[in-house]
Amino acid sequence: MISRAHKILFLVMLLACVIMATVLIRLRNRAQDRLQDQAAGAPAAIPQETGNPPRTVTLYIPNDLDGSLASVERSMPMPADKNSEARVLLESLIEAFHAQGSTHPIGVASGINEVYFVPVPPTPGHNGGEGQMAVVDLNGALAAAQPSGIEPETLTLLAMMATLHANLPEVTQVHFLVDGQPRDTLAGHADLTRTYLASEANPEPIPAGAGTQ
Amino acid sequence: MPWTEPLALLFIAMTASALGQAPQQRASPATTPQSAPPAPALPQAPASALQLPAPAAKPLQAAFVVVLDPAHGGSDTGAHLGNNLEEKEVTLALSDRLRSELLARGIAVVTTRTADVLIPPVARAESANRAQAAACLVIHATATGSGVHLYTSSLAPGPMTRPLPWQSAQSAYVTQSVKLESEINAALAHAQIPLTLGRASVQPIDSLACPAVAIELAPLVGGHVTKPRDIGDSAYQKSVVDALSAAIESWQSDWKH
Repeated sequence: MISRAHKILFLVMLLACVIMATVLIRLRNRAQDRLQDQAAGAPAAIPQETGNPPRTVTLYIPNDLDGSLASVERSMPMPADKNSEARVLLESLIEAFHAQGSTHPIGVASGINEVYFVPVPPTPGHNGGEGQMAVVDLNGALAAAQPSGIEPETLTLLAMMATLHANLPEVTQVHFLVDGQPRDTLAGHADLTRTYLASEANPEPIPAGAGTQ
Repeated sequence: MPWTEPLALLFIAMTASALGQAPQQRASPATTPQSAPPAPALPQAPASALQLPAPAAKPLQAAFVVVLDPAHGGSDTGAHLGNNLEEKEVTLALSDRLRSELLARGIAVVTTRTADVLIPPVARAESANRAQAAACLVIHATATGSGVHLYTSSLAPGPMTRPLPWQSAQSAYVTQSVKLESEINAALAHAQIPLTLGRASVQPIDSLACPAVAIELAPLVGGHVTKPRDIGDSAYQKSVVDALSAAIESWQSDWKH
């Protein structure tokens, strides 16, 4: 025969077990969320090759107030392979966007998943184009943090194109993806469905002369 | 083989027709010119993703029609501009003010959107191209920068061919677009509104078969001459609309030259 006191003790201990289990599950979920947030916000690891001497590279930093691109020289060790080099260049550019007092502020310090190079596809009448096409895979966090508007979005793309072309002159075309997928626009405006010519970052002026109509 | 070409043309026509009807089922843009003479009657132009329709033997361009395209709408809110203001509201308000101002000056206007509805870029370009407009103004707004940003298409100037390729129809009008941009530039500078000029790839501008400029309104940052103004400031919007109207009126006498 189980006494009334034992029954009560058993129920109290069972209740304590349930409460402790609930608390532990909630703590575990919170820790998991915290780790995921840190992982999403942390800059992606860039291969560092400390053996290479520092090299002077040119970054093009936009200014939202006047719509201009200003060239800035930096000295930094660059990886040997071209894909990593392009990625380091663009990540340095995004760090500059994120820096305090930036003239083109973007709320993330990292935003490139990968940069791939492919031969320029042939166009009608030509067997193959000159140079190479850089396919820049932006990450979703950068696209989400990108201020929306024709000017801010266009300046972000032009800065990337100009920086790639200045340091890797063989890059003549640039195509953008977001998280490995084609996307209509960067943040609602700048068209990402098309392939850009690197020369568009520094276009020849069109005279407002006689029309073609 | 001799029979393959007609079959291919038939297939293209059917595809174009199907693509052209789909967007209209979602939203129908307001394409009726207000007041002034009606837009020239054209053969039913499909919103083809392939080609623009071939024009009649003698294109009717007697009427001076301006197309206003307030960007975004419906579920596409555009940029968040602060103070619970969304880009789609600002573009529509600006378009309405500009339309009233142009109508008051006796200029016929076609607007691609008059309410808070989602209209795909293809349908916007279709209604603009059907109007055979003398000027197409694509209206945007942003929270960054200062003053007004003017953009023309980043396409290289190209020859006027018939039919025009849909994806790059604007290339035949780029030189005219730059002329229109310089008219607007002069009017805004006269109104002491700071502006930046550039070239951009923004839908639907590359598919517009008319002199086209994207106008992006930004807040006014205080400077030597200017006082800081919020993007929703009514007086600021009015000064921009007045300058744009003056530029269009000036364009009316210049656009055929």
